[in-house]
Amino acid sequence: MTDTVLDIRNVSKRFGDNLANDDISLSLAKGEIVALLGENGAGKTTLMSILFGHYVPDTGSVSVMRQMLPPGKPRAAIRAGVGMVHQHFSLAPNLTVLENVMTGTESLWSLGSNVSAGRKKLIEISQRFGLKVDPDARLGDLSVGEQQRVEILKALYNDARILVLDEPTAVLTKLEAETLFSTLKDMARQGLSLIFISHKLDEVMATADRIVVLRGGKLVAERNVGETSKAELAELMVGRKVTRPVREASTPGEIVLEAAGITVRSGGVDRLKSVDFRLRAGEVLGIIGVSGNGQAVLAQLLSGTIGRSAGDLVLFGKGAGDLTVADAVSSGIGRIPEDRNRDGAIGEMAIWENAVLERLPEFSKAGLVDRKAGIAFATKIISAFDVRGGSPTSRIRLLSGGNMQKLILGRNLIEHPRILLAAQPARGLDEGAVAAVHERILEARKAGTAVLLISEDLDEVMALADRIQAIVGGRLSPSVNAEDVDARRLGLMMAGEWGGSADAV
Amino acid sequence: MSALFDILASAGLWAAVLRIATPLILATLGALISERAGVLNLGIEGIMTFGAMVGWLAVYNGADLWVGLLVAALGGAMFGLLHSVLTVTLGLSQHVSGLGVTLFASSFAYYVFRLMVPVAGTPPTIVPFQPLDIPGLSDLPFFGPAFFTQTAPTYLAIGLAIALAYLIARTPVGLAIRMTGENPHAAEAQGLNPMAIRYGAVIFGSALMGVGGAFLTLSAFNSFFPTMVQGRGWICIALVVFASWKPERALLGAILFALFDAFQLRLQTVLSGVVPYQIFLMIPYLLSIAALAVMARRARVPQALMQPYRRGER
Repeated sequence: MTDTVLDIRNVSKRFGDNLANDDISLSLAKGEIVALLGENGAGKTTLMSILFGHYVPDTGSVSVMRQMLPPGKPRAAIRAGVGMVHQHFSLAPNLTVLENVMTGTESLWSLGSNVSAGRKKLIEISQRFGLKVDPDARLGDLSVGEQQRVEILKALYNDARILVLDEPTAVLTKLEAETLFSTLKDMARQGLSLIFISHKLDEVMATADRIVVLRGGKLVAERNVGETSKAELAELMVGRKVTRPVREASTPGEIVLEAAGITVRSGGVDRLKSVDFRLRAGEVLGIIGVSGNGQAVLAQLLSGTIGRSAGDLVLFGKGAGDLTVADAVSSGIGRIPEDRNRDGAIGEMAIWENAVLERLPEFSKAGLVDRKAGIAFATKIISAFDVRGGSPTSRIRLLSGGNMQKLILGRNLIEHPRILLAAQPARGLDEGAVAAVHERILEARKAGTAVLLISEDLDEVMALADRIQAIVGGRLSPSVNAEDVDARRLGLMMAGEWGGSADAV
Repeated sequence: MSALFDILASAGLWAAVLRIATPLILATLGALISERAGVLNLGIEGIMTFGAMVGWLAVYNGADLWVGLLVAALGGAMFGLLHSVLTVTLGLSQHVSGLGVTLFASSFAYYVFRLMVPVAGTPPTIVPFQPLDIPGLSDLPFFGPAFFTQTAPTYLAIGLAIALAYLIARTPVGLAIRMTGENPHAAEAQGLNPMAIRYGAVIFGSALMGVGGAFLTLSAFNSFFPTMVQGRGWICIALVVFASWKPERALLGAILFALFDAFQLRLQTVLSGVVPYQIFLMIPYLLSIAALAVMARRARVPQALMQPYRRGER
């Protein structure tokens, strides 16, 4: 008989017309790791927010160690031993690690804070679980991986026996993610129970004991990890077979964009060093590299937000002087920015406003914004690109990442740009949305758009690109045909080994 | 040059500095604690006016001076409650609500004053706080008259600055306030109630603003007139930034500003006739702007300042 520590019974929660959780029951045993698998919007986070007392369920109950939790009381959940590690960390960057951890752990009426006892306890926990961190560091100075460690430590400091992690790897590098999962397994061995929310099949299969699949607010399946496969889980999660689109052979057209010896210098450092590439109509050129190697600067250069200090840029056969953002838009360069929330959309503005912002002159009449035409344009994008979760007048912030990305893609592709600049287009999206985005990019290629794909995802680049160049420390490798390389060779290129030509520039 | 030095070396100047600084210290601490919890309170100017009026009125009607201060604190707290309802519960713009509170509180103060006190040729007066005689210290040469001839509320204000510095840096409730001002979602995730903390900080802070205003009518002066706060509230808002949201530095900043102010008052008499006195009136403000520009660049603003907190929304 297993020792049940958590029992969620028949929980339902409705937001307006949306039934976010539909009669979900779930239990968790001591020392067990359960993965809550589902696409964005499947109701995973809602369920966990109910468990933690952020939301009050419409029906159903949560009990921890056979004690019913009062609904809507985070404090009661903490006291019962539930710890939550949020996807967007609940931390204060200006405070120290220890302060972040100790907040709310002592009586508010006591006249002093027992900092030395707190520090001792924190260090003890961090050693026991191998979560190394400096208690006196300012939180904002830590890396994302370290900040997550602090989130976990915060829960453990509150004597959590059940730890809930919401998409813990969304913000981590691959290496950080691996470290995290070995820590989680170690915690389970020490008797903690864990639930982690994810839509990544690899990590679910590698880490969980049991997998619970949610879809559209319903619990659709429950599998022990030994009895299932990635393919089955993918199908359960999406509700149909998902296949990523395949690139068909094509003959590229004329050169639309050519860069020769381009150097970008900013802040006293060469961000791009004498970069050469050519982009033809109807082909996808993949620029692969680990983040922070200059690809962001390359994208900024081609969008017109940063100038070059040396080199020539030839756009559609003509020398492009100092390319401005307006030039980029008017000459038909569509752009999908790397950080869609920061550079791609204005969260508080309506979907239609976001759709027309970069081409306002086309949507003005006598100096006024033509609201009707803008809404019609947005409606067209929404239906053509299958954007779900909002009407043209709702705020874009309310869309999920995948749907926001579809809208951004749509506003660029609907007018058939001659060049599409796609920076990390599938980052943070779930399986269904990734397939949709890839399909659209390949369609654009077929229609004759030249696509510059900047990505750090090997699979993505190999699936979409005709030719590939690696970017390392601001330098671009010579281009290779996608047919001629495998993952290993690309990995070497990303590490800067491209056959002696690295120093030739 | 020696005239300038003579001014600095006079005990009278330093006595004036502490007197001028006291209302600034109190109200700055009030604004500071509220901002540490994430709420800007631009109601300060009006709340000080109301505190000055209501405290004076209580004493004028026979109450003890300390009761007068308490009444001023309660009056301030009342407007703090109003500001909290508007900005914390309803999540309205803190700027707009604060300015509204200022306009309302100062007009309301004048209205109540006119209702209760008939128009007279010379304004009615009360007997204000008298300087404390501290045995041993008050008799010291220079230091005695310079620093130890103040009224009780001045020492209270200085003590309060030190106490609040300790509270914010070292106690659990101080940490809870800071966390609420940095990230209310994190505070809630740790089982705290950010709404209640904001209410508490704003109401307490407003009470201090009321007391700061009452110092003007109950200690620095002995009667009330509607324009007597004269922009001190706005100075306090700037002092909070100057102090990087730290009470101990707020104390220092208030004293520094008071020094400029006391200095220019004396400069007026020394150099009168040579330069129009209005120039001197500007000096403290110009110097404050300069000091602010230097200090504020390094300041760490509470991250959630002016952001309404709504449960379950990020």
